[in-house]
Amino acid sequence: MTTAAPLLETRAVTKRFGGLTAVKTLSMTVPCGALYGLIGPNGAGKTTVFNLLTGVYDPTEGDVVFDGRRLNGRKPYEITRYGVARTFQNIRLFPDLTVLENVMTARHLRGRQTLLDAVIGTSRHHHEERDARDRAMTLLELFDLHTLADEHATSLPYGSQRRLEIARALATDPKLLLLDEPAAGMNPHEAVELMHIIRRLHDEFGLTILLVEHNMKVVMGICETIQVIDYGETIAVGTPAQIQKDPRVIEAYLGGA
Amino acid sequence: METFLQQLINGLSLGAIYALIALGYTMVYGVLRLINFAHGDVYMLGAFAGYYLANALDLDANPSLFGAIVVTFGAMAACAAIGVLIERFAYRPVRGHSRLTALITAIGVSLLLEYGGQVVFGATPRFFPQMIRSQVYSVGGVQISNQNLLIIVVAIVMMFGLEFIVHRTKIGTAMRATSFNLSVAKLMGINTNFVIAFTFALGSALAAVGGVMVALAIPRIDPLMGLMTGLKAFVAAVLGGIGNIPGAMLGGVLIGLMETWLSATSYSTYRDAMAFAVLILILLVKPAGILGSTAVEKV
Amino acid sequence: MRFPRKLLLIVVGLGVLLGLNQLIEYGAGDFQLNAYYARIINLIGINITLAVSLNLINGLAGQFSIGHAGFMAVGGYTATYITVYYGKAIAALVGGSLDGTGVIPVMLISLSAGAAAAAAAGLFVGIPSLRLRGDYLAIVTLGFSEIIRVIILNIPSVGGATGFTDAIPITNFFWIYAAAALTIVIVRNIAASTFGRVLATIRGDEIAAEAMGVNTTRYKVLAFVVSAALAGVAGGLSGQLFANPLNPQNLNFVKSIEIIVMIVIGGIGSITGAVFGATALTVLPEALRSLDQQFPGLRMVVYAVLLILTMIFRPQGLFGRRELTLPWRRRGAALAGAKLK
Repeated sequence: MTTAAPLLETRAVTKRFGGLTAVKTLSMTVPCGALYGLIGPNGAGKTTVFNLLTGVYDPTEGDVVFDGRRLNGRKPYEITRYGVARTFQNIRLFPDLTVLENVMTARHLRGRQTLLDAVIGTSRHHHEERDARDRAMTLLELFDLHTLADEHATSLPYGSQRRLEIARALATDPKLLLLDEPAAGMNPHEAVELMHIIRRLHDEFGLTILLVEHNMKVVMGICETIQVIDYGETIAVGTPAQIQKDPRVIEAYLGGA
Repeated sequence: METFLQQLINGLSLGAIYALIALGYTMVYGVLRLINFAHGDVYMLGAFAGYYLANALDLDANPSLFGAIVVTFGAMAACAAIGVLIERFAYRPVRGHSRLTALITAIGVSLLLEYGGQVVFGATPRFFPQMIRSQVYSVGGVQISNQNLLIIVVAIVMMFGLEFIVHRTKIGTAMRATSFNLSVAKLMGINTNFVIAFTFALGSALAAVGGVMVALAIPRIDPLMGLMTGLKAFVAAVLGGIGNIPGAMLGGVLIGLMETWLSATSYSTYRDAMAFAVLILILLVKPAGILGSTAVEKV
Repeated sequence: MRFPRKLLLIVVGLGVLLGLNQLIEYGAGDFQLNAYYARIINLIGINITLAVSLNLINGLAGQFSIGHAGFMAVGGYTATYITVYYGKAIAALVGGSLDGTGVIPVMLISLSAGAAAAAAAGLFVGIPSLRLRGDYLAIVTLGFSEIIRVIILNIPSVGGATGFTDAIPITNFFWIYAAAALTIVIVRNIAASTFGRVLATIRGDEIAAEAMGVNTTRYKVLAFVVSAALAGVAGGLSGQLFANPLNPQNLNFVKSIEIIVMIVIGGIGSITGAVFGATALTVLPEALRSLDQQFPGLRMVVYAVLLILTMIFRPQGLFGRRELTLPWRRRGAALAGAKLK
């Protein structure tokens, strides 16, 4: 699934908040079908990069380009429609909805019915409702959550909530999946399961995946390419083996020998 | 030129009242992120408390500055107590709940004070006794009543007092800490319940001063007088930057000046709507207010 | 539901309403309903429309608006204006008069105009306001409502401060409850659809909603406009009810609060709750009327205490977000769920 042009690119992106420069001329190239990792010590700017990719922030300088399209200034919901889905560092499930409904909401953007369809109850409305339900159920089965379909989303155990968030993101039919610290708060067993899931998504669905993560086992275990940033700048890009041996990376994490 | 100066004085005096009330809104919002809808009605209660005290002291027959001071402090004490009671019994129980719940509770308390006031005081307006014989000074063609002067002077004194408390005392520091982050303030050993109660007491006392001062200039008082004035004072607080004390003062003065100016034009029937128009404009253009600063939500 | 079955249901429903209308407004044989009770029933119906429509924006979309009275005013005055100044002409067009079948097109046009005007007002208010959160949105909607009120106060052709007393009383039980039923159906269908879920996401977590591809502003405005339009219909019905002229003094912030109390008591987010709240809080002030005459203001004191106690002890109201579902629907839902396995 490799094409000549990368799926996602940031070109010398800088983000300033008043006097603070969170991200400094950061360039990143994520090829189509990649399993890409973004790591760095706390405060390095990873979440800011994430928010720049998803339209929560606009770059002060530089461009963010997805699938040949410039994302600067686009709103988050537009970017999702283009095919970029994300999860959140602090899980953001919809509290009043069930597990199934949470995933169903992500199907809305792919539907074509209007409010009038819903109010009158046309066949298009019924079709799309059934379709959304079926697709959502299929995804839940994939993540082994289908037995909990009618439970309140927030009543699930933490690990299941994380899986649900990923399932929900997948329901938007993305080309690129952005995972923001998906292994946070997971025990080693859950983390291994997560690695399996991510690899499955990559292999079976042909998804391009970019993840920000602190759990080194997960990152080194599944990512093909890793970019390391510190103080908003790139300090290394390479395979896990290369990164592990890179002296600049070691210094950034351990503060020098 | 005289009319301009005349309106300036009137506007400043009206603005001083708004400022006194706005301070209460802004302080409570600062510590609790709550719009205390009932605050305007505390101002009304201040006027009524002053009314009963002034009549008890028979100030109508024997006006005196000393009597006026006693009445003012009496009203301040009464309203401080009322403010603390409101916080303790209506707001504290819902403190953990959503902000919507708190807002609705505040609306409930406001209605309770207004219509409870109607039931207790009767709906017919009362006339505040003249605690200080009215005198008008003519300065260069401008008519300044001693009441207007008094309002402005008292307001300025109160504000200096407030600034002193907030920036030079321990309790003031505690208030500021609580307004930055309630849970952390608690962890630092601050008795946040006390600080919040104190904030309410302080704001209510200032509103009481506003109530008594207004009654001096416009003696007609009724239980619903706090509704419009309170809303406009709230607009003033937002205009200056809600949660910001100098902002409340600035906002109050600006609203007072704008309203006075508008009253003199042919659009005076739109006077009440003007405050809302200002509110809408400021919330759309700079929601943090003139002196406020925006907080960025962390994603 | 299949279309012919839906059509049948509508026809039957209208028939029932017409029958009840005859009974309540005119009596049958020896039975004649006391005019006072008939009026209360009518007021309940209007309040149901107001409460359920407010629930769409406050309950389902989670956007706290205190401006409903303003939309009621815009819609009501527009509708009444059309009837007063154009009613006879419209009736004549279909060869009837306002006392006979001519009233049908007049009412339909009047209410539609009211709905459209209120919808436009909702758009105008919603677009700038819905960018704001929580408390600020509440205050801004309050502000807009007050501005609308002051503007109407200054328009002599609709009565100004004395109210729109020129109104022609063409409202009756049928129209009121047809509108109430329509409102319930519209809001329920929205709630049960993908749009209802989208509104729930906006209510729950706007940032996450945006991340799921939802244009949150668009949907908030949409809900706001629909809600405003329905309030406008209620206004048109209210203003053209016998001896119930629209008056800017009554269409104020207190009125908006009264509607909020209805949905809060019943349960914000529940249509059943809104119906319950509307009914209870129409009957309650009537029951307290004698008390209010002795001690003016006591009625509002009772409201206020009710509000505060509900917020402290049961903030979710009577029904919370749940609905009373009819037994056959529950079975149907269970069946639908089983089919997926």
